Amino acid sequence: MAEQVSLLIVDDEQVVRDSLKNWFTQEGYQVETASGAMEALDKLPEFSFDIVLLDIKMPGMDGIELQRRLKEIDQQLVVIIMTAYASVDTAVSALKQGAYDYIIKPIDPDDLSRLVRNAVMQRRLLRENLRLKEEITSLIYMDQMIGESPQMQEIFRLIQTVADTDTTVMIQGPSGTGKELVARAIHVNSKRRYFPIIAINCGALPDTLVESELFGHERGAFTGAQYRRKGKLELAHKGTIFFDEIGNIGLKTQMDLLRVIETKQFTRLGGNQIIDADFRIISATNSNLEEAVKEGTFREDLYYRLNVFNIQLPSLKERPADIPLLVSHFVQKYATAMNKPFSGVDQEAMEMLTNHSWPGNVRELQNAVERAIVVGSPPLVTVNDFPFTINGKLVATPSADSDKVLTLEEVEKRHIQFAINKTGGNISQVAQLLDVDRATIYNKIKKYGLRA
Amino acid sequence: MIILVPIGFSAEHELERMRALLEARFSVRTYISPTDLDPRPFLEPKRHQYYSSAILEQLERDVPQEDAKVLGVCSLDLYIPILTFVFGEAQLNGRCAVISSYRLDNKFYGLPEDPEGLQERLYKEAIHELGHTFGLVHCQDQGCVMRSSTYMEEIDWKSNEFCPDCMARIAPLF
Repeated sequence: MAEQVSLLIVDDEQVVRDSLKNWFTQEGYQVETASGAMEALDKLPEFSFDIVLLDIKMPGMDGIELQRRLKEIDQQLVVIIMTAYASVDTAVSALKQGAYDYIIKPIDPDDLSRLVRNAVMQRRLLRENLRLKEEITSLIYMDQMIGESPQMQEIFRLIQTVADTDTTVMIQGPSGTGKELVARAIHVNSKRRYFPIIAINCGALPDTLVESELFGHERGAFTGAQYRRKGKLELAHKGTIFFDEIGNIGLKTQMDLLRVIETKQFTRLGGNQIIDADFRIISATNSNLEEAVKEGTFREDLYYRLNVFNIQLPSLKERPADIPLLVSHFVQKYATAMNKPFSGVDQEAMEMLTNHSWPGNVRELQNAVERAIVVGSPPLVTVNDFPFTINGKLVATPSADSDKVLTLEEVEKRHIQFAINKTGGNISQVAQLLDVDRATIYNKIKKYGLRA
Repeated sequence: MIILVPIGFSAEHELERMRALLEARFSVRTYISPTDLDPRPFLEPKRHQYYSSAILEQLERDVPQEDAKVLGVCSLDLYIPILTFVFGEAQLNGRCAVISSYRLDNKFYGLPEDPEGLQERLYKEAIHELGHTFGLVHCQDQGCVMRSSTYMEEIDWKSNEFCPDCMARIAPLF
C-alpha cells in the first residue's frame, strides 16, 4: 500500500469487532477497535484515524451522537455508519450529520471493500486539496513584487487593504511597472483565490473579437463559430477578471461592459440564455483615462464604475532605490532558470543600471538582465553584458556579421527588436516610433518570434 | 508442513491434486488429514451458513502441531457475522485457514458448469489464504494471488502466482 490507512471500528459486539479487524488487517489497513463511544473518544487523540466504522446502536451513547462528537474533534474524519436494521430514518439522520455512508449488517464483502476504497480516496483527495490550497497560498504573488521603497510599501499596503473586499480596482501606471502583478496579488490575497483569475488583453484584440472573448458564443453565432464557447466573464465565475489596457476598448464594448457590471448578467453571442456570473473586476491602463473621458472616447459612467479603488504604480525612475533589489532578484531568477552560476552584478554594472532612466520600467530592466545572463559569463554580470544607451551614448552589441549585407526581412526583424528593447516592450510606443499601428507590431512579433 | 483437513469435502481426488500442487508451490511437505472435521456445530441456522472463524478455532484445537499450517477445505457456504459471505478465512500470521468451493462454483450463480475453472479458483484461494498465514496482506498488484477478491470473476482475473514483492516477503520463511 502506498500510504498506511488507519481505521477505527466501534461496535459493542466483540464478534463484529474481531471479524472486521481481521478482514481489514488482511486488506493492509491499520486497525483499532473500541467497544463503545467512550473508548472511541479516548482513542481518537491517541491515534490519527482516517476512517471510523461505527455501529449505530450501542449501549450508552449511540452512533449518531458519537459521530457528532468525533466530527467535533476531527472534521475531516470519514465516518461510515453500520446498522443492523434497515431503518431509513436513522440512516438519513446519520447522513445529514455528515456521515460518509451507511451500511446494513451483514455487509456484502464487495460493497464493503468498494465503500472503504472510495472513502480512502475521498480522504486522500480532501488532504490533497488542503495541501494544494496551502501551496497556492504560499505561492502568493506578493513576494514576486520586489520593492522596499516607501512608494512600493504603500502599494503593498493598498493591495492588502483592498484585496479582501470585493471592490472594483483600477491600476494605473506606465507600461512595465507590474500592473498585472498587482492584479494577481489582489486576487491571491482575496477570498476568491481558489477560483480563477482570467486576464483579457483588450489592447491585443480588435473590438469585434473582444465581444465574443468576453461573452462567449453559441454554435453558429457567426461564421466560424462551430462550437459553443464560454466567454472570459463566464470562466471568471467566482474569481476575478482582469482587463489589461482597458483604455483600448471600443465604445460598443464599453456599453456592453457597463451593462454587465451593473447586472452581472449577460448572454452569449447568438444565444438567449441569461448567464449569471459572479466576478470581481480589476482593470489596468497606461493611458490617461481621464483625458479619454474628456475627449469622449471613454464613457464617463464606465470610468467611474471601474475606478472605484485606484492604485497608481510609480515608474522605476521614481524609485531608484529598488533597482539593486530588482537586479539581484532577476539575476537569481534567470541564473537558476538557465542553470548558470551567477552570483550578482559587478559594481560598475550596478551603478550603470541604477543611473539608467528605464523608460520601459521593470519590464525593461527584467529583459536587460535576462539578456545579460544569456550572453554573460559567470560569476558576475558586467557592463559589457548590457546592450543599451548609457548616459546618452549607445553601446552597440558586438556583431560578428556587421560587414554582411542583410536581407530586408532580417533588417526589419532586428529593427523591431531594437525598438522593443528600447521601449522596454511597450508596444504602443514601438508602434508610435515606427509609425505603424499596433496590430502590425503584434503580427511582426508573431512572425519573427520576437521577445516583447 | 501443511496439513489439509477435509470438512465434509467429498472430492478426494481433488484434495490429492491440491496437496501435490501446494507441496510443489511452497516446497514444504503437505499431508491430507485422515480425519474430517464435522462442520455441523458451526452452522448458523438463521443464515444457513457456517461460521468460518469458529471453524478456524476448531482446526487450531484439532491440529496442535505448532510447526504446521492447517488448511480446512470444504464446499459449505461460509460467513463471518459482519459479512454476507466469505470465500475463505485465515489467521494472519497464524496457523489456520479455511476455504470453500461453495461460491467458486459456476452452479451457484446459475452459470454453465466449469469444473476446471472451479479447480483453479479453489487452488488460488488455497494459496491466497495460506499466504495470509505466512503474514502476507492483500496486494495491489493486479495479477498477484494475494490481491483481494470479493466476487468470483475477480478470482479469475488474478493469477495463482505471488508477485515479486510478496514472493520476496515470504521467501525467507522457506
